Amino acid sequence: MLKKIIFQTFSLSFLVLSSANSAESGGMPQLNPEFWFSQIVWLVLTFGILYIILSKLVLPKISDNLETRKSQILENIETAEKQREESEDKVKQFEKIILSSKVEAKNIFNEARKKVLNDINKKRIALEKDIDEEIATTEKEISKLKNGSEVKIRKIAIETSSELIKQLIGEEVNNSSISAIVEDRSRKNKEKQDGI
Amino acid sequence: MAANPMYQFKVYRIGPEIKLGEVDISFTNASLFMVISSLAILIIFNLGAKKKSLIPDKIQLLAELSYSFVSKMISDTAGSKAKPYFSFIFSLFMFVLFCNMFGMIPYSFTVTSHIIVTFVLAAFIFVGVTIIGFTKHGLGYLKLFVPSGVPMVLLPLIVVIEIISYLSRPISLSVRLFANMMAGHTMMKVFGGFVISLGIVGGWLPLSFSVALTGLEILVAFLQAYVFAILTCIYLNDALNLHH
Repeated sequence: MLKKIIFQTFSLSFLVLSSANSAESGGMPQLNPEFWFSQIVWLVLTFGILYIILSKLVLPKISDNLETRKSQILENIETAEKQREESEDKVKQFEKIILSSKVEAKNIFNEARKKVLNDINKKRIALEKDIDEEIATTEKEISKLKNGSEVKIRKIAIETSSELIKQLIGEEVNNSSISAIVEDRSRKNKEKQDGI
Repeated sequence: MAANPMYQFKVYRIGPEIKLGEVDISFTNASLFMVISSLAILIIFNLGAKKKSLIPDKIQLLAELSYSFVSKMISDTAGSKAKPYFSFIFSLFMFVLFCNMFGMIPYSFTVTSHIIVTFVLAAFIFVGVTIIGFTKHGLGYLKLFVPSGVPMVLLPLIVVIEIISYLSRPISLSVRLFANMMAGHTMMKVFGGFVISLGIVGGWLPLSFSVALTGLEILVAFLQAYVFAILTCIYLNDALNLHH
């Protein structure tokens, strides 16, 4: 708007000035029809040639370029997508392998553990058996010895007491009465020991 | 003589006088800049189209960005039916843009600052769009002048207004471009003249104005080319997709 006003004032003043100053310019050269036909002819010529060359030669090439670039980019995106999928598959496979190997390792560990436990159990049982047997035999021996020792001790006691009596009194004492006394004493001793 | 800001728009003959019958079609400075602009477009876009690398270099990028810019502009305003006219609108946009931009070089000539040039372009577009409209829709194209949803009382008035606005399209299209270019260049010339007349002491202010105006004018040069092309697309849209 402002521009138009400025332009109008200036152009008007200069139109007035120029018409006053020189007759040859005669206002706006645009309105001088002297070269109108020349301009039209040259415009049609240059613009026509420009249009023909651009539309027939240049623009198809540019649109081809753009199309090929577009298709190339699409292709690249497609291959990239494919590769991404492949790598994802591979990652999945890898994870599967890791999972299966983990399971396998666990299994192996469990089996080994079981085996070792079994072995230990077996050995323990065998050992316990051995120990039991040994204990049993030893106990048997001990009881045998115990039984044997009691009779021996009594015998020895009877013999020694009969000897002692013989030496003390100087005469033979009936063995059976001695043995009865020894028996009685030893029982009392035993009771005493048990009582304690 | 040179102080006259309208002097820059003067057309003069270069070389011999060429006559076609009674008509003078001599090669002028206007013709020279039309040829220069067209050649520049052809050279740049040929270079840009020649290389077919996947990753474009600068000139290829320029060509391809311009291509997609114009093609987006057309598909946004006129839809997919306008695709056959892409080459024309591309050429039109580039021609107007390059003529405007070459006009920004000092001592050059601005082709588009002449009403006859812009009017021929606009008239060609107008006639072309009208022909496309009538061939696509037959007499149904006249429905363009009867907008839907208008009360019957107002209809005669609206139809008259629509017809006038349709017929004034070539004038508005051509005058818009021509007036913008002429106004900008005249203003720059005037401020340039002030720099000289005010001299070393007072000339700095109009000089800084000139610099700012140069930037503005480059913007206007692009914008007017864009407006010219986009209005062509809109007119084409009216002819192709007849719906209000």
